[in-house]
Amino acid sequence: MTTKLFGAPVQRREDPRLLTGQGRYLDDLGRDALAAAFVRSPHAHARVRDIDVSGALDVEGLVAIYTWEDLPERVGRALPLLIPHPALTHGRTAYPLARDVVRHVGEPVVMVVAADRYAAEDACALIEVDYEPLKPVVGIEEAVQGAQLVHEDVPGNVGAHLVQEVAAADGRGAREAIETSPHTLAFRLDIERSASMPLEGRGVYARWDGRDLRVYSSTQTSTSVRMAVAAALGLPLPQVEVIAPDVGGGFGVKIVHPWPEEVLVPWAAMTLGREVKWTEDRREHFVSSAHERGQVQYVRVGFDDDGRVLGLDVTILHDHGAYTPYGIIVPIVTSTQLLGPYKPGAYRVEFTAVYTNTVQVTPYRGAGRPQGVFCMERTMDKIARYLGKDRTEVRAANFIRPDEFPYDQGMTFQDGRPLIYDSGNYPEMLRMIKELIGWDTFERRPGLGIGIGCYVEGTGVGPYEGGHVQITSDGRVHVSTGLTSQGQGHETAFAQIAATELGVPIERVSVVTGDTRRFGYAVGTFASRAAVVSGNAIALACRKVREKALRIAADALEADPGDLDIADGIVHVVGAPSAAVPLSTVAVLANPLRYAFDEETAKATQFATAAAPDRPPVAEGEEPGLEGRDYYSPIRSTFAAGMHAAIVETDPDTAEIKVLRYAVVHDCGRLINPMIVEGQIHGGVAQGIGGALYERMVYDQHGQLVNASFMDFLMPYATEIPRVETGHLETPSPLNPLGIKGAGEAGVIPVSAVIASAVEDAEGIEINRMPISPSELFELRMG
Amino acid sequence: MKPPPFTYHAPRDLPAALRTLAEVGGKVLAGGQSLIPMLNMRLAAPGHVVDINRVAGLDGIEVSRAGVTVGALARHADVERAGAHPLLTWALKLVAHPAIRNRGTVVGSLVHADPAAELPAVLAVLGGHVRVARWDCGRVTFREIPAAEFFVGPMESAVGPGELAVSAFFPALEEGSGAAFHEVSRRHGDYALAGACAVVGVAGARVACIGVGGGPVVIDVGGDLSSAAARVRDAVDPDDDIHASAAYRRHLVGVLAERALRDAAREGAAARGA
Ligand SMILES: Cc1cc2nc3c(=O)[nH]c(=O)nc-3n(C[C@H](O)[C@H](O)[C@H](O)COP(=O)(O)OP(=O)(O)OC[C@H]3O[C@@H](n4cnc5c(N)ncnc54)[C@H](O)[C@@H]3O)c2cc1C
Repeated sequence: MTTKLFGAPVQRREDPRLLTGQGRYLDDLGRDALAAAFVRSPHAHARVRDIDVSGALDVEGLVAIYTWEDLPERVGRALPLLIPHPALTHGRTAYPLARDVVRHVGEPVVMVVAADRYAAEDACALIEVDYEPLKPVVGIEEAVQGAQLVHEDVPGNVGAHLVQEVAAADGRGAREAIETSPHTLAFRLDIERSASMPLEGRGVYARWDGRDLRVYSSTQTSTSVRMAVAAALGLPLPQVEVIAPDVGGGFGVKIVHPWPEEVLVPWAAMTLGREVKWTEDRREHFVSSAHERGQVQYVRVGFDDDGRVLGLDVTILHDHGAYTPYGIIVPIVTSTQLLGPYKPGAYRVEFTAVYTNTVQVTPYRGAGRPQGVFCMERTMDKIARYLGKDRTEVRAANFIRPDEFPYDQGMTFQDGRPLIYDSGNYPEMLRMIKELIGWDTFERRPGLGIGIGCYVEGTGVGPYEGGHVQITSDGRVHVSTGLTSQGQGHETAFAQIAATELGVPIERVSVVTGDTRRFGYAVGTFASRAAVVSGNAIALACRKVREKALRIAADALEADPGDLDIADGIVHVVGAPSAAVPLSTVAVLANPLRYAFDEETAKATQFATAAAPDRPPVAEGEEPGLEGRDYYSPIRSTFAAGMHAAIVETDPDTAEIKVLRYAVVHDCGRLINPMIVEGQIHGGVAQGIGGALYERMVYDQHGQLVNASFMDFLMPYATEIPRVETGHLETPSPLNPLGIKGAGEAGVIPVSAVIASAVEDAEGIEINRMPISPSELFELRMG
Repeated sequence: MKPPPFTYHAPRDLPAALRTLAEVGGKVLAGGQSLIPMLNMRLAAPGHVVDINRVAGLDGIEVSRAGVTVGALARHADVERAGAHPLLTWALKLVAHPAIRNRGTVVGSLVHADPAAELPAVLAVLGGHVRVARWDCGRVTFREIPAAEFFVGPMESAVGPGELAVSAFFPALEEGSGAAFHEVSRRHGDYALAGACAVVGVAGARVACIGVGGGPVVIDVGGDLSSAAARVRDAVDPDDDIHASAAYRRHLVGVLAERALRDAAREGAAARGA
């Protein structure tokens, strides 16, 4: 590795494009496409009795109107349940268009295709749907009562129920351990819903040329959309290509697939023989994509005089909304990642995932971790408060020690594999965060509080990703991987990996992601996995290419491959820089040609090379071209960790809460690019501040989302986000060749816990519910 | 989020604008920062939209000893930059974000009459008025509506169908008086949860509160500032909503009125060289 790009704070190469309006997002494509719009249910729960489209037929520009009845059998099937689980005994998914019953406001009922979106929406407004309203189920408590049902055939509204229990070393269960503990506490915690809310909503654009279907989707997984669309439309896979163009954020919501629109828009394009496009608007995003976070947690904990947890018993009620297309990943992640950097004596966790007549719940950045961390960190603070101890001391007493790795938590993680932490150094991290925020020198006074939160994040889940690397005869390096990008900086980080592995300048490396024409096998971008899984796959593919390049160059230079190195794109004999051949020439030599098309390639034609008449031009076992493909399939997740701390000020009169300082120490193993990691952390913290102080989905008792716009859903502006101070700790992962762990979700995970901790410190009032607004703090003060 | 169909008119002068309004009714489009979102969300579906942005002569900001007259096309940002009236300038910094202030108009904000908007409170506390024009029997006629009669209810002003508000007049502060505006909003630039602006002079003090009633709530606090918070809390009638409880708003507006009165009194004293 001669070019030290790995680990350097290289500026993001995609930014000039993305920041100057040169990006090509979904709605920038297909200018001449027909536009789709949807009639969506205004009721949270209703039976569709009749649909009368006659009033819309005269709208100028109208092309087609489709209801569920118009869909072919295959297309009209219920959408797939993507991640089945034995505990998900009553998994339910929606139909692309409402078949009979609508189960949340915003569910698509009728699809309209017209010359443009204006005409399509005009037609939508004139379609009359006759609904028979049914009683809606809103809120976890109402769902648990089970008096009304969201799905007729799901008793008690319970979609899934799962208990996981890890006994103490002496074999006792958590409940028993708590009973016999010197101290016990019991309390309830509440967390409100929020949502991914990417700047760019969802969108689909489809072209059908009579034989091949090309679909562009603003998705986090083009390969899976491809398989889902091919299956729904009954097309052979090779006839379907799916491309994720520039994607303006995903944060989880775009990993769900296929969305109704991802099936319907391509189907309409095929049916009509015209290009069709649908671009989600903000209101649709609020009511017809996905939300997350909403949970109620009942906690019982037993501990000793040092604050060591002897037994922890958590019962979680998880609001799953109307459907479970993404399985029960979120409550599983909450249940397992709740443990954080700690080792409680015994642990029992039970969750019940209930249906409500609200937008479905699927992972949003953090994916259940913020709730779990909120639970554990509130517990740590409460123990400290009860014992009169410093909050960091109680945490330290419960840490897994550096010499205990790999540490087996004894549970099953979201990838179905054992929850074994690979590496970490939590005491050192605590020392760093305390120093960064000035924990020991903080001067407490009324209205000023300091808070802390720790978490561990399983990142880089499998099953696999792949990388393809090709060096062309102009010396350029073309890297592709199947997973998609939503602005994370893959074009930079993956290029840094390739440039480092191959010894070429980064300017010569280009990266393509999320285009099934370039790479057909992939899982997707979620769970902080791209750098870990694709990053390592690309590194492995580069190593194959490097090996081949050295072999060919060794032939040309009459040297031993072991004596060669690559620097600046030139293969040379170590210690004899004049004995060298550029990679461009190696690429030419790797591909024996009959025809020349320029001077470079002429060198590879059949009369130009010294022929070895007894060997075929492409040796046995070889392939033409200087390229390689490899895959990385992790044995299990790698566990990143972080600790955040904040200082907040509360106004004694107005109850406003201001974050004065916010500090993060983060460990994602070896850093590919610290600047990108910091950017990810900053963005995550911003979303975390949103979840802690501003954002919630407010449903009224009729199941109407009353704040479905940016006017009333308070996503924070830049003005609400404090400067984020960061420190890095690097404990490499022993699990993968590059030693890296994921970083994408890190920033968001502990923020609610940290802010709650700090506000509690400032106010001396227990904080058991997040987010918290000035009005709520005022009510708490009033008692 | 596309508006329903409407007919668009873009008159070039005041008589044409008023004639069009008289003929077709329809909605006036000024800065569009409130109307366009309402159209896009299909919360409003006017048959006609009369865009006044090309009407000549409506963008003036005239300053006299008596006060400032702001034309219907003077943008928030222009008026803020003109700095012609300390309370107006202060209030404008609290209105929305720079991009919105570049388009949104002062007069439009008054006509829009959002109960949490800042500028109606400024007009009310100063006792200003709005000048309104209409097409009447072949000619342009005007009437002046005093602030006390202008704000009829939430999102409702006294501007009638077919009428155009052409300007608003904000009286200058009396010599030796000071003014201030305090509010609390959830995010920087959002409509306030509650707010209060105050004018304190030799003769007495007035506050106007926002976010706690159907429109700006004006309270004459006379000379006794010490009990002002309590009197303000008594006078207002806030609602619960998803952002704050009525009890919090009532408490908050008292705090903010006190702060505004304190700052205004300090400014007034400074102006008097006291
Ligand atoms: C994100 C955001 C945040 C905002 N925050 C604030 C805030 O904190 N405080 C605040 O006060 N405002 C806020 N606003 C509103 C902004 O100030 C608007 O610009 C203002 O309320 C209306 O002015 P306009 O010129 O945009 O009016 P338009 O949107 O063009 O019109 C609004 C209404 O008034 C009528 N109208 C406008 N002008 C006239 C006229 N001359 N004669 C007759 N009728 C007329 C229109 O017909 C329409 O009904 C915000 C807006 C946005 C989008």
